[in-house]
Amino acid sequence: MTQDPDAGLLDRLRSGDEQAFVALVGRYRDAMLRLAASYVPSRAVAEEVVQETWIGVLRGLDGFEGRSTVRTWVFRILVNRARTAGSRERRSVAVEDIGPVVDQSRFDGSGGWIAPPEHWIERTEDKLTAAKMADRIRTAIGDLPARQREVVTLRDIEGMSSNEVCGVLEISEANQRVLLHRGRSRLRQVIETEFGEA
Amino acid sequence: MALRLRLRRDLVCQQAVELVTDYLEDTLSRGDRRRFESHLAGCPHCTEYLAQMRVTITLTGSITPEDLTPVMRIEFIDLYRRFHATEAGTESATGPDAGPWPEPDPQDPDT
Repeated sequence: MTQDPDAGLLDRLRSGDEQAFVALVGRYRDAMLRLAASYVPSRAVAEEVVQETWIGVLRGLDGFEGRSTVRTWVFRILVNRARTAGSRERRSVAVEDIGPVVDQSRFDGSGGWIAPPEHWIERTEDKLTAAKMADRIRTAIGDLPARQREVVTLRDIEGMSSNEVCGVLEISEANQRVLLHRGRSRLRQVIETEFGEA
Repeated sequence: MALRLRLRRDLVCQQAVELVTDYLEDTLSRGDRRRFESHLAGCPHCTEYLAQMRVTITLTGSITPEDLTPVMRIEFIDLYRRFHATEAGTESATGPDAGPWPEPDPQDPDT
């Protein structure tokens, strides 16, 4: 396993450094909230789940043997807690979003583009526009179907490997890929709709 | 699967956009990868689509967590201190100040 980026914070936390605790919380709180929100009915409950998770982390510090990264460990505690707190049983793949990722009306009868992708990549050269797009994506991730949101958050915001994500969410590689595909495709569409120029 | 059968022939755009993630994840078979790439070579629209997916991923990756507000910092420091006040030193924290901690979860995995 490659060096855990949180190893330093973990050491400090174990020696009783509360600032290390706050730093770790700051690093993962947003993503944890986003994830918890797909299991529980309200933001308030999600906040509780996040708090409980951190208590679980503190409690488990001595027993943590570093067989996973700190991050994976934290997120697995979170998902367990969120499942307990939430009423939804989410082990099976919900059919929450099926069908093609690009609207069928954009293709002709033989499957070629009639409404090809509008252009927007050049606009990311402007730092301000790129920041606006990232901001728009942040909102759009919140609007994704729950399972897509989880996968996109962990893979593309947190930068986890597919392996790590499958471990945290207890889903298969194939499921993970489908959810990632649908989620990313939607985000691309949001950017095209708002920033694209024909 | 209909898609697989049709892949033996040339890809059309509508199929190509569905394969983008498998392509980026490098999970296409060698044959499917070749068909995907040869489609791209002749299709500027799908080439742009793929590029846009890559930039979308980069933009998503540029999202950074918002800093904790001062209030949140205080709350979490408080949580930390309460945890240590109630758990440190008391093997069985069952007193009135044991705190509203949830029971340890044996399922909390470390793997």
